[in-house]
This record gives sequence, structure tokens and C-alpha cells, in this order.
Amino acid sequence: MKLHEFQARELLRQFDVDTARGTVVTDAEDAARAAAAIGGAVMVKAQVLTGGRGKAGGVKRALTPEEARNATQAILRLSIKNLPVKRVLVVEALPVVREFYVGLTVDRQHRLVECILSAEGGVDIERTAESSPEKIVRVPYFDKSINNKTPFAADVKTVFGENAEKASELIAKLYRLFNEKDCSLLEINPCVLTADGRLVAADAKIILDDNALFKHPDLEQYRNAEEYGAAEIDARRSGLSFVSLDGTVGCMVNGAGLAMATMDLIRHFGGSPANFLDVGGSSNPEKVLAALKILLSNPSVTAILINIFGGITRCDDIARGIVMAKQRLAIRQPMVIRLTGTNGAQGREILGKEGTTAVLGMTEAVRRVVAMTGGAL
Amino acid sequence: MSILIDNNTQVIVQGITGRDGSFHAQSMLDDGTRVVGGVTPGKGGQYVGKLPVFNSVAEAKAATRANCSIIFVPAPFASSAIREAAENAIPLIVCITEGIPVLEMIENYWFVKSKGLRLIGPNCPGLISPGACKVGIMPGLIHQKGPIAVISRSGTLTYEVVDSLTGAGLGQSTCVGIGGDPVVGTSFVELLELFEADPQTEAVALIGEIGGNEEEQAADFIQHRMKKRVAAYISGRTAPPEKRMGHAGAIVSGGKGGAAEKVKVLTDAGVIVVDIPDEFPEALKK
Repeated sequence: MKLHEFQARELLRQFDVDTARGTVVTDAEDAARAAAAIGGAVMVKAQVLTGGRGKAGGVKRALTPEEARNATQAILRLSIKNLPVKRVLVVEALPVVREFYVGLTVDRQHRLVECILSAEGGVDIERTAESSPEKIVRVPYFDKSINNKTPFAADVKTVFGENAEKASELIAKLYRLFNEKDCSLLEINPCVLTADGRLVAADAKIILDDNALFKHPDLEQYRNAEEYGAAEIDARRSGLSFVSLDGTVGCMVNGAGLAMATMDLIRHFGGSPANFLDVGGSSNPEKVLAALKILLSNPSVTAILINIFGGITRCDDIARGIVMAKQRLAIRQPMVIRLTGTNGAQGREILGKEGTTAVLGMTEAVRRVVAMTGGAL
Repeated sequence: MSILIDNNTQVIVQGITGRDGSFHAQSMLDDGTRVVGGVTPGKGGQYVGKLPVFNSVAEAKAATRANCSIIFVPAPFASSAIREAAENAIPLIVCITEGIPVLEMIENYWFVKSKGLRLIGPNCPGLISPGACKVGIMPGLIHQKGPIAVISRSGTLTYEVVDSLTGAGLGQSTCVGIGGDPVVGTSFVELLELFEADPQTEAVALIGEIGGNEEEQAADFIQHRMKKRVAAYISGRTAPPEKRMGHAGAIVSGGKGGAAEKVKVLTDAGVIVVDIPDEFPEALKK
């Protein structure tokens, strides 16, 4: 789950991390008032769940409340990477001496939390990693007692020089947040050294581990509807895993790997998948109905492919769901069904009684559905 | 021969009284596995079918001499189940559960490793040595004993590939699903090492997907340390960036973990990368 900058700031403050003074607002008059309250120069920053805000014109400097009002008006008219800006953050413009980068993430390969440091903050860290990897220090560690120690002092010294002690304190706080709130990414970029010698989190990006949200009811308030489309939210509610794509073949598959392979195969044969949809393991007929409803809510879908290799999933359950959906939903699009594995024969028999046939092979099924959507056979 | 599990594997099921645990305990028995009991705290003394239920792994191990545990415990309790198995020195721990927090998995991984034990999964279908033992949830029927090893980050896609192998007369030595999470107990590389040394295995089918760098590490190992033939398939070529495709670990993030990159690295390492799963038998027969 991705957090907005203003939400990430709230968490940072809970862990006693220094952030720039500011407020989040939804209209220009409030922005002017916020700027007046802060006093002096401010930054007006679009709050959207994507990077590249600066380049898109979503971050502006304002010297007066009047300028803050105008900047906010302009920014609230923007859409950044198709995400309309609904809120801006008005924060004090920090007296910047130097910009650093501090990030914490999961190192999948070494099964550790990795701390990434760079003396070149304020720019895209992935770009720095490619152009000048020597400017990035990566320190894998995972140790709950880290809060009580100075973490990896030598590496911090390399990056932060005479500010190493302050940096170590900051990193320890960030690490505690990362651990206690189950983050999968926590990025401070830039981490600003100010003229008065403070290290301030001038921007923050936090992604929380979806699998750990059950442990943190306090973080539920940060869930942002705009992270997912309406169909994705519907799908989640029905216990389905769904991602929207821009093609024409609506897909319903059991298992994430098979669902991805099905999408790839559609593309391989010249078609285009409209979505990723995993109906999950022990799927009951109601889930199938919910899945088909979601597929049909997409006007771009011109044909439907159901690809089931039953393991835990029982093909007879799927077949009953399909029959139920055909009775209850107005399905105009042609449908290709592939049903094999656990209780496959029963499933195909249930469909057969309703005059629907299912094929046995995935490749055959995909070829057929692609032909229906005008792709190459 | 096979790897990790064989006729001598004696399995207990943690979470045996749950819906999935009881169903798959029976299914493993039906497929010839020596399932010897199960664990559900507070339900010791009961039976699931003919299998005795114990209150703890310690009790179950003392009574049955189990040397393997399969875990069906729901995510909020799965980490303590893994730790309980490890504390009782169960050599092979297979965790089917999906949805365990990744920071817990990091701790679980190092805990199991510190005891010198092996963890497969989580969020995986388990493993099977056809004709000998199944510690997992895969349909046993589609498998057949033979010379092909299968390793995968997925469940149903593995069944798809196994079905096409069996259909083409290519049986399997051991099939292992390593799991779809970002942090898993056993990596592709560790399994490739075991298969390279396994006399029954002649060739390996590797089923990878977007996210992380398991496949890149595997490519490096195959190129420098393996003589046996490896064919691979990577799913998620059409997946958009920064979107999680079902599996917690299947995400192209920060420009890393894309399918094209993995295909290239594997191809460069001498692996035959197939475009569609149906092409595996041909690639492995060559």
C-alpha cells in the first residue's frame, strides 16, 4: 500500500523524525493561509501516488501567500501520469546546504533489510545507481537491536562526513519506523542538511507491506482509493486479485503464475489482454460470478477467456459459477472456457448440459479467443 | 533418487484440523505419502480420518518420528508455526500459507537457517517426488516418475508444465514450488545445486516470473556450475510496471525485475528459454 507524502510525514513525526513545517490543503485559499502561517518562502507540492512530480510541474516554489495561491490553483488543475491532483502540501522552503538520500528496503536476495545511502540526494536514485554506482552505499542489515547502537558507523561517515552522528540517529529512527510499521520501502529523498545544521526529511515515500496490514489497524486510515481503480477495489472486496490492462480479452484464471502466462500467451498469438485476474485457490461459484461481473464492467472487453487448471480449485465449482453467471448476467461477449485438472470431467459435464463446451488445452483456448477479437490465429 | 523427499519421509501436518489441512492430509495419503499425524493446539487426542492430532510439534515428533512438516496455518499464526517446527528440529519445513508479512519471513528464514534446517515456501504448492512422496497441494495424478526436475515460483503454472511433460512421456524426479513471496526459504540456486548432484535428474525445467532476481542468480549458477540441461519459461512479459501481479513477489519495480531482462540473462547463460509453456517437452528432449 502506497502512502502520500503528507501521510508519510505523519508517520515520520510519530517516530520523532524532523520534517519541514507544513499543511496539506485542497484549495487555493487554504494554501494562501497556510503559506502566511508558515511565513517566508514555501514549496507547494502535488500529492499524487507517483514519482516525477517535479518534472510534471507539480512542485512550485512560492515567495508570498499570493504566489502560493496561484501555484496551488495551477497544480490542482494538473493530472500527473493520469492521476488528477486533489491535494497539495504547503511546506516551508528549507535553507538547503546539502541534499542526501536515505532509503530502507527489503533485499530479497540476501533476505535482509537494506539501507541505501548517498551524498547525492534530490535526484532519481535509480538513475544515480546506473550512472555512478560508486556514489551509492548499500548496507544490508537486519537487527532489531540496531536502535540502541550506532549503525554501521564507517559507511555513514563516508556519506555524511561531519554530520555522521546526526545521520546515524536519523537512520535508527527510520529503521524503527520501517520495522514497527512493516514497510517494504521507506525513502527520504532529499534528506536535507539545513543552514542551521539539522537533517530534515524534505520528501518521503513509504510503501507498506500489504501482507502485514492486518497487524496495523491504525494504518488503515491511510488507504488511498486512487491507488487502485474501481474494478480493482471491487475485486479485492470479493477476494480476487485483479489488475487492469488496456486490451480486449477479459481473463479469468486460477493462480497468479498461470494468469500471467495466460496474458503473455494472448499477446504471443497477437491478441491483447484486458486484465490480470486470479480467482484464487478454493474458489466457490460466487467468486466466479463476482469475477465475471468485474470483467463485464470493462467496456473494452470483446471476448472472455476462462482458463482453469484445477488443483485446490475444483472445476465443478467453476462450472457451476459459470452457469450461474450465464443465467444472471447479460453476457453478450463470446466466451472460451478451458477447464482441466481436479474434477475436470464433472465440470465439463455441467457446462455440456447447458450447451457450453470447454476445451482442454491452454494454447488452443488462447488461439480461439484471440481469433474472436480479430487477432491473428 | 529424488531430492529432499522420498519413501522415508514421514510428514506431519501443522493446521491439520483446518479445511485445507484436513483435505490435503488425505490427498497426500492418497498419493502414497507417509503422513503420520498432525498438530492443532488444543485439539490433541482427536483424529482426522485415521491420523492422530497432537497439541504441539514436540508431542507429534515424539510419537511419530516425523522428519518433515507441512504448514497450513493461517498467515497471522504461520510464523510461530514455522518457528515451532524449527525449534523441534524438523529437518524439512514446507509452508503453504500465503500472506505472511515479509519482515517476519526475514526473521523466520534466519531462525530456520541458524538451526541448520530447510524451509520451502511460503506461499508455495510444496513439492512432490512422483511415485514416492508428496508434501504439497498439487494434483498427484498429472505427475509421473522420471528424469525431469521442475522448479517454479508458481503453483498452477507448474501443473500446466508438468501436465505437458507427462503428456510427452517425460516424467519428473522432484517438482518444487519455491513460493511467490519476495523472501522464501529456499532459492532456485540451492535447488539447482541439489538437482545437479541427483542421479535421477537429467534435465531441469525452471519456471520463473517477474520480480526480484532469483532467475538472474540461477542463470549465473547454470552458466558456471551446471552440466545438466536447463530450459526456462518466464511469466509476466505483459505485466505493467509497479503493479503486483497476484504474488507478493511478482512486481517490476524501479525498472528492475522485468521479464525481458530475465529472458536475456538466462539465454546468455545457455538456457533454452521457451516462449510458451507447451514448448518445454521439446526443449528438454533436444
